[in-house]
Amino acid sequence: MPTLTQATGAQFTRILAIGAARGDLVVPNADIVGPINSSDEWIRQRTGIETRVRASRDVQAIDLATDAAREAIEKSGVPASELGAVLVATISNPVQTPSMAAVLADRIGATPAAAYDLSAACAGYAYGIAQADALIRAGAARYVLVVGAEKLSDIIDPTDRSISFLLADGAGAAVVGPSDAPGISATVWGSDGSRADTVGMSNTLLAFRDGTAGWPHLRQEGPSVFRWAVWEMAKAARRALEVAGVEASDLAAFIPHQANMRIIDEFATQLGLPDHVVIARDIATTGNTSAASIPLATHRVLAEHPELSGGLALQIGFGAGLAYAAQVVVLP
Amino acid sequence: MALSTEEVLAGLAELINDETGIATDSVQLDKSFTDDLDIDSISMMTIVVNAEDKFDVKIPDDEVKNLKTVGDAVDYIVKAQA
Repeated sequence: MPTLTQATGAQFTRILAIGAARGDLVVPNADIVGPINSSDEWIRQRTGIETRVRASRDVQAIDLATDAAREAIEKSGVPASELGAVLVATISNPVQTPSMAAVLADRIGATPAAAYDLSAACAGYAYGIAQADALIRAGAARYVLVVGAEKLSDIIDPTDRSISFLLADGAGAAVVGPSDAPGISATVWGSDGSRADTVGMSNTLLAFRDGTAGWPHLRQEGPSVFRWAVWEMAKAARRALEVAGVEASDLAAFIPHQANMRIIDEFATQLGLPDHVVIARDIATTGNTSAASIPLATHRVLAEHPELSGGLALQIGFGAGLAYAAQVVVLP
Repeated sequence: MALSTEEVLAGLAELINDETGIATDSVQLDKSFTDDLDIDSISMMTIVVNAEDKFDVKIPDDEVKNLKTVGDAVDYIVKAQA
């Protein structure tokens, strides 16, 4: 029997470029407080959100994904035809199949790249970066496009006081490729399905079809999510630094999922980050865009602090499933 | 050694002061966290986690919902220490 040939790839990988697309509508707190009997002050105090961006009715998550992907591809200098795989992290694709990734690959000229969606909610982008790194080092692809794309405004209930008022629309994209030096650390990741009820959809599509429940929307047990997101995720973040072989003082930026400003601030306190570490706070004007939030926040950090290019960023996604992923990356 | 109700109340008042700035002498057993002290659910959870550390007890998420007053929290902590 002949010996099989197995592929091997590049020894190291890195993020080559980031692209971003935000919803075209700026939605201030004043526009959404009525149905939740709330106020601008109440929302700012509990979430740090001043405005969130949402997309017009005729703009879909795939459109935002396309814009973000095109920017990342152009900045990377990698022709779309060289992409070996296109991964889209999303929870808001309005159809179960085909994948948003396959349609995106075609739109950007990457066909016949391998393409698939992954469902890890707010951890989706960090899961995607872990997969891209593994695919390239395994020789399954030379360049991989990772996109987090959400139109969460399609799956909200305006009267929900648990999470809907946080949510926003956007897409962020990263081109990942081979590197001469390490650019993506090992990922610390996991999930806990026993806590699936903590954050997720209100009900199934079947219940909606049968008239026993309304349109499915995101909901959460806010205090439980807060506790997990800060104190449990701080442990994961510390492990990510450990496996990367770096200290908090080595970081240029901390880019957590933009869930809630209170989570971000308490998280940073728990990690004891030195003052020089830039903390991404894109949520204040963008809102919570689930899988898109880390690349959108990264894009903003690099726009506001271009000198951080080449520095280390700790990124951590966490959310429904209770799925999470943390890794240290070299900023493009 | 388990702390007394008075000692837990004093310790809890310090944690509440750290998180919210509320004066420690305003933290009385009959005060409601939400209605009297105006502590929101996120601050409440921060206080709970810090109380776990300070008093070496476990306060599960499901129990937090039952802690309506300062007295409820003090009673829970005193019993959990036993």
